[in-house]
Amino acid sequence: MSFHIISALVLRYLFLYTRTPMRMVELIFWPLVDLVVWGNVTVFIQKNTDKEFGSFILFFLGAMILWDILFRAQQGVAISFLEDVWTRNLLNVFVAPVRTVEYLSATFAVGFLRILVTCVVMALVSWIGYSFNIFQLHWWLVPFFLNLMVFGWALGMISTALILRWGQAAESLAWAVPFFIQPAVAVFYRVEDMPAWAQPLAWCFPATHVFEGMREVMKSGTMNWSHLWFSAGLNVIYLAAAGALFVWVLNLTRKRGLLTKFATQ
Amino acid sequence: MPYAAAPDTREVILEARELTREFDGVKALDRFSFKLRRGEVLGLLGANGAGKTTAMNCLLGLTLPTSGELMAFGKPLQSHRIQILRRSNFSSAYTALPANLLVWQNLLVFARIYGVPNPKKKIAELLELLEISHLDKRVTGQLSAGESTRVNLCKAFLNDPELLMLDEPTASLDPDIADKVRKVVRKVQKERNIGILYTSHNMRDIEEVCDRVIFLHKGKIVCEGTPDDIVARSSSATLEDVFIKIARDGEIVDEDEKKEKAS
Repeated sequence: MSFHIISALVLRYLFLYTRTPMRMVELIFWPLVDLVVWGNVTVFIQKNTDKEFGSFILFFLGAMILWDILFRAQQGVAISFLEDVWTRNLLNVFVAPVRTVEYLSATFAVGFLRILVTCVVMALVSWIGYSFNIFQLHWWLVPFFLNLMVFGWALGMISTALILRWGQAAESLAWAVPFFIQPAVAVFYRVEDMPAWAQPLAWCFPATHVFEGMREVMKSGTMNWSHLWFSAGLNVIYLAAAGALFVWVLNLTRKRGLLTKFATQ
Repeated sequence: MPYAAAPDTREVILEARELTREFDGVKALDRFSFKLRRGEVLGLLGANGAGKTTAMNCLLGLTLPTSGELMAFGKPLQSHRIQILRRSNFSSAYTALPANLLVWQNLLVFARIYGVPNPKKKIAELLELLEISHLDKRVTGQLSAGESTRVNLCKAFLNDPELLMLDEPTASLDPDIADKVRKVVRKVQKERNIGILYTSHNMRDIEEVCDRVIFLHKGKIVCEGTPDDIVARSSSATLEDVFIKIARDGEIVDEDEKKEKAS
């Protein structure tokens, strides 16, 4: 794996973002809309319910910010790939000495940068506007962040593999895939509040352990370490499986001759 | 009938052995074999659907052949893809560099991908060579077809490739720009002793640039040789006539072969 190739690919995305301010707006605008809507709902509920429930409802804001970490990481991978498709640059990249792992690593790095931008803005707005300080999660924020980011990368690779397999007609999957799993990962509610049959399924996702852990930390200031270990362990499996799927689909498109059609359409 | 070339001792840098590629049972390439030597420009010709693009895609590793072998610099392409791509480059009229980026930004990204030492100097040299230094701060998507082709060529020359694949580099260019592009390609090829695989529908391109050509029809080699020799053997007036004959009939009447048979 070559660092200069990864940094060159990341540089390309940075040029793209700085050359096209609308992309920065997309990074900030939608998360802010979400935050303002949920923030206002939270304030409304706080004012109209008892104090205990009012503080409980702050979980919404924490969950929303953490969900955005996962979503932006996934988008970093999937949208970076689509940028190459949209600009008809994919062929140039695939005939350059770029290994699949280098290409994916660059999209991971872009995902990380997207998260940083979005999270800083959201953390500031939620703190100033709604007195919600994401840093009340203290150092737990770091493993939460990392686990969600890695799971987002895995989802990004799955989305990209599906788009590669089915072509540009399937590009809406770049946005849809995280929302397929959102109901199952208990973002805004506890796993025990889910139907009994869905609970074992929920625990199969790394993100579920993070969101449960977050609620635990916000409620009691402590966390069951098993959530972190399960989350990290599952992430290793998801990342490896998603990587294998991506490589398998890429080879399949080469075998079937679909890559060039896809790259030049 | 394949052209019997004089023994050539130059290093073979690209070789296809019995390359076959099928799509849904139809052979886009049928036992296609050729050798490209260092310092040689080989033209790949044929009508639409003859198999040129499939051949090019196989050679670039974008499409895997159904059977057959591909070697570059003496190594199998499939197992040494990255090492081979470091020593090669590609430019096509049908791909583009990201439209939103400035020309220098696009070239800098690819210079870094190819690990070009002192990339800014190299980019400046190539822009000057292609007479487009004034475009370096222009938005790539706002360039004309001719400017865009020359920027693509800059990208293709960035890593001083030993093997270059050019897919219709003069498509949609006016005669003046096409002439400039041909001259630059020839100049760089001679100076650096590059092996070039060149596809084009423009027979003027082929006659000016290519040392040797291969005509494909329905995935098979119909004839092979120098442009002059092929024209002479087929009793055609021009290479374009040969092209039309092959596109319509799938073969040319080889006068040498005819004489041999008669005797």
